Amino acid sequence: MGPNLWINYGEAVAAILFCIGFTNLLLQTNLIKKIIGLNIMDSAIYLFLAEKGYIAGRTAPIVTDGITSVEAYINPIPSGLVLTGIVVSVSVSALMLSLTIRLYIRYHSLDLDEIAAQLKKEGR
Amino acid sequence: MDFVCNFPFFSILISLFSGTICSVLPEKAAKAVNRIVIAAVGVMSGILLLYLLGTGESFVYWMGHFPAPWGNEIRAGILEAGMALFFCIIMYLSMAGGAHKLFDEVEESKHNLYYILINLLLSSLLALVYTNDMFTAYVFVEINTISACGLIMIRQVGRTIEAAVRYMIMSLLGSGLFLFGLCIMYDLTGHLLMSNIKESVALLIQSGEYQIPLIVSVALMCIGLCIKSALFPFHAWLPDAYGYSTVSSAAILSSLVSKGYIFLLIKIIYRVIGFEIFNNTRIIDVLFVFGLLGMIFGSLSAIKENDIRRMIAYSSVAQIGYIYMGFGMGTQAGMVASVFHILSHAATKSLLFIAAIGLTEVSGGSRKFIDLTGAGYRNKWAGVAFTAGSLSMVGVPLFSGFISKLLFAQAAVQVEGKMLAALIVLGISTVLNAIYFMKTVIRIYATTGDTSYPCITFKDMKVHAIVLLFFIVLNIILGVSSQPIVNMIEQGLAMFA
Amino acid sequence: MSKRKPAEEYHKTFAFHFFSWLQGEKDPYLGNVEMKPQEEYVIDPEMQLRHEKEHDAILDKVYDMAHNRELRLFHRLYQATSILFCLFLMALLLVTISHLPATGAAVKPVNNEVAARYIESGLEETGAVNIVAGMILDYRAFDTLGESHVLFVATITVLIMLRLDKNKKGEPNPLTRDMNPNDRIYEPKNDAILQLVASFLVPIIIIFGIYIILNGHLGPGGGFSGGAVIGAGLILYLNAFGFSKTERFFTEKTYKWICFFSLSFYCLAKSYSFYTGANHLHSIIPKGTPGAILSSGLILPLNIAVGLVVACTMYAFYAMFRKGGF
Repeated sequence: MGPNLWINYGEAVAAILFCIGFTNLLLQTNLIKKIIGLNIMDSAIYLFLAEKGYIAGRTAPIVTDGITSVEAYINPIPSGLVLTGIVVSVSVSALMLSLTIRLYIRYHSLDLDEIAAQLKKEGR
Repeated sequence: MDFVCNFPFFSILISLFSGTICSVLPEKAAKAVNRIVIAAVGVMSGILLLYLLGTGESFVYWMGHFPAPWGNEIRAGILEAGMALFFCIIMYLSMAGGAHKLFDEVEESKHNLYYILINLLLSSLLALVYTNDMFTAYVFVEINTISACGLIMIRQVGRTIEAAVRYMIMSLLGSGLFLFGLCIMYDLTGHLLMSNIKESVALLIQSGEYQIPLIVSVALMCIGLCIKSALFPFHAWLPDAYGYSTVSSAAILSSLVSKGYIFLLIKIIYRVIGFEIFNNTRIIDVLFVFGLLGMIFGSLSAIKENDIRRMIAYSSVAQIGYIYMGFGMGTQAGMVASVFHILSHAATKSLLFIAAIGLTEVSGGSRKFIDLTGAGYRNKWAGVAFTAGSLSMVGVPLFSGFISKLLFAQAAVQVEGKMLAALIVLGISTVLNAIYFMKTVIRIYATTGDTSYPCITFKDMKVHAIVLLFFIVLNIILGVSSQPIVNMIEQGLAMFA
Repeated sequence: MSKRKPAEEYHKTFAFHFFSWLQGEKDPYLGNVEMKPQEEYVIDPEMQLRHEKEHDAILDKVYDMAHNRELRLFHRLYQATSILFCLFLMALLLVTISHLPATGAAVKPVNNEVAARYIESGLEETGAVNIVAGMILDYRAFDTLGESHVLFVATITVLIMLRLDKNKKGEPNPLTRDMNPNDRIYEPKNDAILQLVASFLVPIIIIFGIYIILNGHLGPGGGFSGGAVIGAGLILYLNAFGFSKTERFFTEKTYKWICFFSLSFYCLAKSYSFYTGANHLHSIIPKGTPGAILSSGLILPLNIAVGLVVACTMYAFYAMFRKGGF
């Protein structure tokens, strides 16, 4: 264990949330729960990035009163990365949800194992 | 700066933009745009390759008005240009070869959407090949994943939708791990551009700071990309996805999409972490072991298969195992062998998929081996092409597969400690390959009393036959004139450093 | 051939066979080693029926979760290994995090010259007061270009999955036949409270969204957040008044063309900027006075383009999920 676990508690929470999301995405057989797991996982990464950009005592990176000194603002890069990441996660969630809708309409089930069993029986 | 240096940027932008254009065009026009774009990008990559071979130096290209650590960059060297050219050739041939079966069970009104997906897939592959920035790589990995998923599910039968769901789940796990690794890497170095990260990593290694997070970050990125490129234990989605999608999709997915991720991994190894540093970690041993397991278990699953397309799909698992085994050797020779195998596998696997569709066509659409009996007589061109592809996969001289096996064996001999394992598994895997491919070849050339299926002559399938011919020629070129290509790969890898 | 053998004996020797084969009189393999033609396989309908029944029975038994012990054991094992893997991952990440630089510290690798330049000269170089907007739309614009295409390709895949199309004869397609085009039958229609509140709220929400988009370079906000707000306003309007009202101004055609023009503009504008940047040409786009609404070069038009795409995409997702079309 390194020295910074308690100072980095935000990142630690992000890591735990990431693993919770990861486990859900991996283990849940219900597709909706899988998608929730996916969103938890992505949000955890954004929390991690937000913690990375934070510097104690500084404000958001929007120039106020013409001050452009480094000491005034937090690091803008992680915020930008989070913005990009959110769009990606929205797109992926929409895609997963549309797939789920189609599977549900056809097989009347949200359980991936059950759908797989039905498919095997169908023999296609 | 010479005008040629704009070509990587042009190829990415043209293919992105053509995706947008295709969304408002009718099907025929979209098809034409798609073909023209792929051809144009191929020509540009070819010119760029010649130019780079002439100058012998790679170059970076600013994406914007700002220099290295601030702006975004792409970078082109021999290997990048060569890969782009190769990807374009394979993609063009796969599209042309599968054209007559492209819209099997796809709704009429959704045909132009297929071309959008192909264009965006091409642009993302090009961006993965050329990018010099890790976060850009992540964004384009996502485009690649989503469009690949679209290619799988556009043929809307239950199996493909389920396969698409499984594919998405595995891919998302992979991208989550990749992004997390990337964030840790960013936290340690403060950069997102590959060359700057490499400098910082070298400094960190020297000073001995942050060793554990560095290794973990590299490991997370590696595992993420391994999952996405279907390395052995993560391959469950693969057979259905390749086996039931339309034939062009299957050929493109197996030969290009997974290779894009693998190429990104090569770039990360060389340009982000540094080859020496990467080889000093334990990660390569893990890659080596999983590569070997993949080679054996992929082939074993292929032997058990009763469906020709799923058999070819399982063979992909084995071939990807070869590539990771090459990474795992941790030598320059192993890397060269892996890169060559990327080319040879892409050329052969798309050939097999395209030939297999020709065979199933004359067997009443069935892909079961029992129905394929004698299909080689009914569709001579597809039969010959399938045989050629099989011989290449097994590793018969004259074909590309032989050279990659030879390179792997040569590379293995130079590595202490891994030689025996690598050579033994290479041997076993070759035998297993021979078992299932020769079984298929014998099956399609077995005589049968059943003549209820129609025969197909050259006239009925001109485009298909020509495409198959091109694929065979490509395979033989890779197999016969391998030395210049290997030299080029070595030069390109040297440029990475 | 002095010692002549009787003819019958001679016919049994190897020499006889060899010479006769040499002269082409006899093929020794013919009728001996050659494969027989395969027997024709006759399908017995009764047998086939029985086979199918047995096949189904086996499948039923194999996929019977409640009683198949091996399957259950496999699932347990799979879950146990996965949980162990996840716990291992969590421990690994926690150890990693304990070694990372401290949160909130001013001196750490992340706060290097890159962030410093974005803050110090961002206003001058991009003209954007919002440093993050300047960063994602100018310094690192290629990422953002990719990002908008992620959204685009996701919409395309959702269209493929859910759009209910009719073929040329006007019949619904057999592939999507089993989808129910109208799930509104169970919902209240023309809810007076909802309609009244929506008629107040929707204009305010949309104006707020437009404000966010237009102020993307001056304050918190930008194309994506503003677009999402407008999309939410449209969805509220749709819920209150139904598809018949929204179809008057928003059909699939509108969506297609708005998306096309916005993305094309985005692509072309950024191509120009990349091209001039890489070739060290002077860009003709004026930066304007920082802080004014018409400033910061391409960032404002790009924000508008992204906002339009996002608003339409959000609405399109919702419409697709609701009834498979606009």
